[in-house]
Amino acid sequence: MAKMTLEELRNLRNSKKKEMTQRDGEKSAQIVIGMGTCGIAAGAKDAFDAFLDELNSHEIKDTRITQTGCMGLCFSEPTVEVAVPDMPRVIYGNVDAEVARRIVREHIIEKKLVSDHIFDKPAADIITD
Amino acid sequence: MAFKNYILVCAGTACESSKGIALYEALEKELKAQGVEGEAQLVKTGCFGFCEQGPIVKILPDESFYVKVGPEHAQQIVAEHIIKGRQVKELLYDKEQAAGTSSDSIDFYQKQQRIVLRNCGVINPEFIDEYIAREGYAALEKVIFEMTGDEVIEELKAAGLRGRGGAGFPTGIKWSFTKNTESDQKYIVCNADEGDPGAYMDRSTCEGDPHSVLEAMAIAGRTVGANQGFIYIRAEYPLAIERLENAIAQAREYGLLGDNILGSDFSFDIELRLGAGAFVCGEETALLASIEGKRGMPIPRPPFPAVKGLWGQPSVINNVETWANIPMIILKGAAWFSSIGTESTKGTKVFALTGKIKNSGLIEVPMGTTLREIIYDIGGGIPSGKKFKAAQTGGPSGGVLTEEVLDTPIDYESLQAVGSMMGSGGMIVMDEDDCMIDVTKFYLEFSVDESCGKCSPCRIGGRTCYNILDKISKGQGKMEDLDTLKDLAQAMRKASLCGLGQTTPNPIMSTINYFNEEYLEHINEGKCRAGKCKDLMAYTIVEDKCIGCTACARVCPVNCISGEVKAAHVIDQDQCIKCGQCFDKCKFDAILKG
Repeated sequence: MAKMTLEELRNLRNSKKKEMTQRDGEKSAQIVIGMGTCGIAAGAKDAFDAFLDELNSHEIKDTRITQTGCMGLCFSEPTVEVAVPDMPRVIYGNVDAEVARRIVREHIIEKKLVSDHIFDKPAADIITD
Repeated sequence: MAFKNYILVCAGTACESSKGIALYEALEKELKAQGVEGEAQLVKTGCFGFCEQGPIVKILPDESFYVKVGPEHAQQIVAEHIIKGRQVKELLYDKEQAAGTSSDSIDFYQKQQRIVLRNCGVINPEFIDEYIAREGYAALEKVIFEMTGDEVIEELKAAGLRGRGGAGFPTGIKWSFTKNTESDQKYIVCNADEGDPGAYMDRSTCEGDPHSVLEAMAIAGRTVGANQGFIYIRAEYPLAIERLENAIAQAREYGLLGDNILGSDFSFDIELRLGAGAFVCGEETALLASIEGKRGMPIPRPPFPAVKGLWGQPSVINNVETWANIPMIILKGAAWFSSIGTESTKGTKVFALTGKIKNSGLIEVPMGTTLREIIYDIGGGIPSGKKFKAAQTGGPSGGVLTEEVLDTPIDYESLQAVGSMMGSGGMIVMDEDDCMIDVTKFYLEFSVDESCGKCSPCRIGGRTCYNILDKISKGQGKMEDLDTLKDLAQAMRKASLCGLGQTTPNPIMSTINYFNEEYLEHINEGKCRAGKCKDLMAYTIVEDKCIGCTACARVCPVNCISGEVKAAHVIDQDQCIKCGQCFDKCKFDAILKG
């Protein structure tokens, strides 16, 4: 994109905001993996690969996988946030390759939360708009 | 088909105090008995903190947070909440404030508030669009098109934001010095040279939300009249550097950095400068020297960098965490920011919580939160049921916080009053197995290593203090050594050139003050109660208790344990390296430590 004017920035913000809100109401699931130094050191890349592989092997095409920074739950890295339509968003901790595969099978496909790996979101979001 | 409700039970095996398993089984039985197995899924979770209030049950999607739940409550929870959809009021954490259905209803029990870390763990830090979607660059917009420089400074002053690097100088006042100094060229500098052992707040912020720092620096540029910024960051942070560089490139592409930002007359650009990892380069004058390509050594202040900084020009220099606060203050206003925190210290503080703590991690709490809330509610307490001894804050420049101050609201002044400091945000928790002399020695060793050597109080004083501590840890200390330490500390505080030397004695004075009896034990009795000072302890085998299982002999890395099978074993004290592996291995309590 070329350099923006004030108006273009505002338009971009509004359209991205809509896109992100819509994403919440979307039909497809979303997997967000914490990939700060701490997450990567704890094996986030292995989890990432396992998610991709397991989704592929079940031929699930509409689940987005993205990365984010550190959520702060260093004791339970790698951490992953999973949002499936009509289910509460949850954070999973200690997600190694095997747990990643379980999340795909149990949470994404069977629509059940995965036992023993749920942690609490550390704080409410201050950006409410 | 998804369930209507999810019952989360904290049933971690690590949580000894909780009776989560029995509760889980009771809930399982009740769901079946009341015929609603298909309505709610029962899930075991990891630790949520709040361990002293356990077992904890959280019900989704409405975020009801129940505490001190026993198996006897299972029937009620299923009958009321799951079947009738009514909360069981008497079990709620906050009985006044029932949880709603909106996502911010988790406010009511959570101790954390994320301003600095608002986007960490939320957005993809490699896509500027996601930052923009969350009000990113809206503050810069406002500063360029709607506010004057004086208005920005007034807003920061009214907000009460103070430097998060540790010293706590009011940010608005600092900016006003630079703004009011006449000069053709001014600079904006971000201090990302995070060096305290155990601290990684700034790394995580740069990795998780790099644009918040860039936006804030541009805001400062507009405010004080600077067109160039530098981020000084340690070369040891490769991922943070990569993400900052990527963010700078994207911001330039969008015209949010560079010439005529958003079509205005304001131009501003940012470059990275990599530090080689010298601790003293976190001191602002040494940092500026390092950016200039000189050896990183401090110079006396005043003049302060705000007036005469980088290449002799007025320069605003703030730490990463300070920067990350600024866009939110501009957007949400001074009144909002100053409503958080204590009388003297507004806003939040990010701590890197490490050491003997169950839930180690990066936390952000409002100023005024107590150490007890941090350690027990958020951190989940000390592992293995050990006793809390102290928390170290402020790194090598700080001191210890003891049990007595567990309930003191934390801010710059309260920490200073008890002989420690806020510091940049490292918080290391220690339990009864930690020796305070050993810990102090560790910090002194660090400071001695990192002293640049320019001034003698720091160079020689630090080394001498370290040698005395080393003597004490070996049981060779004398009572007069304590007086010498105090004298040296006084001299170093008064005469050292920069903050490094001035604060090197802080860990000593703090531990002598709070743990004097441990110093006395080491000196007078040759005893280390924590068993950390190896010269003052020995492992011995109690003949009567040893059954000759040979487990200790097999685990000993230096083969200094001998004995026949089924006969008492003996440790060769001359060979023993006191690693403690035999002690951990013995199932019969036959090995004594002390």
